[in-house]
Amino acid sequence: MTDTNGDVRLSGISKTYGSFTAVHPLDLTVPQGSFFALLGASGCGKTTTLRMIAGLEEPTTGTVSLGDQDVTALPPYKRPVNTVFQSYALFPHLDVFENVAFGLRRRGIKSVKKQVEEMLDLVQLGEQARKKPHQLSGGQQQRVAVARALINHPKVLLLDEPLGALDLKLRRQMQLELKRIQTEVGITFIHVTHDQEEAMTMADTVAVMNAGRVEQLGSPAELYENPQSTFVANFLGTSNLIKAEVDAKSGDEIVVKAADSKLLLPAARCSAPASTGGKVLVGIRPEKISLTHADDAGSIPDGRNRITGTIADTSFIGVSTQYVVDTPVCDEFAVYAQNIERDARLVPGAEVVLHWSPAHTFGLDAAQDIDAGIESVEEEAAA
Amino acid sequence: MTTVTEAPPLAPTPVEEPRRPRRRGRHVPYWLLLPGILWLLVFFALPMVYQASTSVQTGSLEEGYKVTWHFATYWDALSEYWPQFLRSVLYAGVATVLCLLLGYPLAYLIAFRAGRWRNVILVLVIAPFFTSFLIRTLAWKTILADGGPVVGALSTLHVLDVTSWLGITAGERVLATPLAVVCGLTYNFLPFMILPLYTSLERIDGRLHEAAGDLYAKPFTAFRKVTFPLSMPGVVSGTLLTFIPASGDYVNADLLGSTDTRMVGNVIQTQFLRILDYPTAAALSFILMAAILVMVTLYIRKSGTEDLV
Amino acid sequence: MSLGSFGRSIRRNLVVIAGLLTLAYLLLPNIVVTVFSFNDPKGRFNYEWQKFSTDAWTDPCGVADLCGSLALSLQIAAWATLGATVLGTMIAFALVRYRFRARGAVNSLIFMPMAMPEVVMAASLLTLFLNMGTPLGFWTILIAHIMFCLSFVVTAVKARVMSMDPRLEQAAQDLYAGPFQTFIRVTLPIAAPGIAAGALLAFALSFDDFIITNFNAGSTVTFPMFVWGSAQRGTPVQINVIGTAMFLVAVLCVLAGMMVGRRSRQKA
Repeated sequence: MTDTNGDVRLSGISKTYGSFTAVHPLDLTVPQGSFFALLGASGCGKTTTLRMIAGLEEPTTGTVSLGDQDVTALPPYKRPVNTVFQSYALFPHLDVFENVAFGLRRRGIKSVKKQVEEMLDLVQLGEQARKKPHQLSGGQQQRVAVARALINHPKVLLLDEPLGALDLKLRRQMQLELKRIQTEVGITFIHVTHDQEEAMTMADTVAVMNAGRVEQLGSPAELYENPQSTFVANFLGTSNLIKAEVDAKSGDEIVVKAADSKLLLPAARCSAPASTGGKVLVGIRPEKISLTHADDAGSIPDGRNRITGTIADTSFIGVSTQYVVDTPVCDEFAVYAQNIERDARLVPGAEVVLHWSPAHTFGLDAAQDIDAGIESVEEEAAA
Repeated sequence: MTTVTEAPPLAPTPVEEPRRPRRRGRHVPYWLLLPGILWLLVFFALPMVYQASTSVQTGSLEEGYKVTWHFATYWDALSEYWPQFLRSVLYAGVATVLCLLLGYPLAYLIAFRAGRWRNVILVLVIAPFFTSFLIRTLAWKTILADGGPVVGALSTLHVLDVTSWLGITAGERVLATPLAVVCGLTYNFLPFMILPLYTSLERIDGRLHEAAGDLYAKPFTAFRKVTFPLSMPGVVSGTLLTFIPASGDYVNADLLGSTDTRMVGNVIQTQFLRILDYPTAAALSFILMAAILVMVTLYIRKSGTEDLV
Repeated sequence: MSLGSFGRSIRRNLVVIAGLLTLAYLLLPNIVVTVFSFNDPKGRFNYEWQKFSTDAWTDPCGVADLCGSLALSLQIAAWATLGATVLGTMIAFALVRYRFRARGAVNSLIFMPMAMPEVVMAASLLTLFLNMGTPLGFWTILIAHIMFCLSFVVTAVKARVMSMDPRLEQAAQDLYAGPFQTFIRVTLPIAAPGIAAGALLAFALSFDDFIITNFNAGSTVTFPMFVWGSAQRGTPVQINVIGTAMFLVAVLCVLAGMMVGRRSRQKA
């Protein structure tokens, strides 16, 4: 896109509270018109980053620019940026119409009726204009919050966990709804969420944040297929991580050794410095793996990575079956198999061979915590 | 492409010094506090200082008073008026206990059992405030009048024999006895007990009581182990709001009592407004203030509730 | 119904019975005041029932100085409410919304007047006025009333402001409302119930105050002081009329407020 007028640029932005650093110096550019997600567990600094863009927090260092303009010193009410707050922060003493009209009125616009009505129609709330916020359902309140922000035609719309208070089904529906609205109005959306599925469904670009830093930035598919840290690998979906040693490097491929198995790893998909004899973590997503009973091991095509193991547990999910396999390289190897043809022999205790295409393998720096990102997912689920 | 009509483009005003830190409201809290705090300092704290100084002055109204650090005034005041002090603490203590015993069921009723009558009962608790409390206290003179229905009934039931024997009534009279004063004190400060109790009871999740029942607690045990401990903040602030004003009150003792029921408030009032012995009056009110502060501090420590306001 | 089940239902509703008895105890004097406002007493005191009469109701100002003292009390209560509400609201906002030094000291200074018997405050304030040579009267009463109402307003407003979501004000700022607009359009309307509660409390406390007024009024006579004086000299029936009227007005105002509140909630 050549028009960079609406780009959001954060340069060296950071925030410290006393001795605690909420956000480490951070450079980030969000192109105009994109749907950008900041993803991370609670306390990772994503909301602080958002609030610095909104002007609700003052950055300790660095600048915030919208297009060519440095807005770092502007108070929130002078920034062409609007926010959909967590739990919405709808004004309880004003009705839906007045909530939506609030921003227009503050900017001295007298005839707001037409605009507000059109906006309410866009979010399908035309009938509810005279209700007070507490009389609306959670999903309706959420749409009022979106309308209240969007009516001002901000350069950027900031969304702080906008779907957090909704139940699962409504959340799915609102995800599509928000995506539709974004496409329709063409405004840059910056969306903060702890829900990795939500981030991947909605955003063009996702920045995964952890402990005040951006761990990785990219399209959802890129992040998922080729994570570059254990945190991203574990936080986004599930990964099987194997501790391995580099055996040899041949052209585009790295050969690693884990227990007795030799595995192939494309050099391009390895974010760790791989020198012969060095340690790496080899990762593979559970749905990329095929499961074959040990008796049929001969039918597996050559050139695939393979590991033997024993099924420890299975759970039937409907569209798929999830297996936990006990292997010499990893105690709990997760495998998701589509229920196309179910092999009746694949029950707990069965000897199996796990095999997958080397192209789906990724390599990570072994110096990291292998479980990074796992607890935080569980904590979020519990919260 | 958009369905929304165009709002005027937002043109944020450029800032001259872009890096000037926005120290919004560094002085704001002090300006907000200034008038009110000044008021309290001048008309609440400063008078205390004046009073402290008056209490150690000697002299007379005609010749004027001088600070002579005459601490003997305190000793004289205490040795002369200790019965009134004792009576104040005693009456106020009994009235507070009675308020708690009478007020708790009503607060509980409003919080958990009143249903749609809740607001009506609350209004009925608060509304008497608007009839001057002096008028209402005078009404007790009628209610407890000699030979009236209340005294007659108590006499027939031989309650007055018992209370006379205890020394809180005299013969066939209730008026002008300790019982009348305590009854008036209890009545006057009852709403100050009920409202904090209600506020803290109302915050309790009704399901907690059910959970206690589910876990094999009998209703009274559930109350003792769950509801009552959770209402402690209300009990503490209710007892304070009752005890403190009751201990300094002189209206009930004056209107419903006799010279034998005078409390320390009566003494201060008389010394100050009739006898014009300012040092003694100041010393007495200083002793009262100190005594209450000590008692309140100890009580708050013991009950472990720090945040009363 | 057997005796046993009757006993059980009594026991289950014991707390209701006890509560209603307390309520009766609370309301009994008001009933007496109302009944005796229709009395036609012999002699100067209105303590014994003689015969029914509406004389006092048809001529409520028939006693010298009574209505004047009532007007003065209402006037002082109105000004004291205004003063205490403005000052108290400012303090409450400072306490909840800002971090500053001497916070603990400020909190103690707010708490102290509520933890002090009135007679102590009354006596010490009089000491100040005597030392300063301030003439006692309307202004000293007003000063005293604002002083002791202030803390109660702070407490009421503080409770409300504390329960307010700070994100509402941030949302207003985000929607182009400057600090002043944010305060007028969002903060104040949402804090209004707390401020109203504080103001109502201040009005009631000021209107009904006797002890502090008694010390600091000089020869000025407020309504409670008039009642006090009449208790020594003779109680006119008109006192009961005004007491009853105030009670009824208060109940009616609250009920009307509740009705309006319910209607607007249903309509919306």
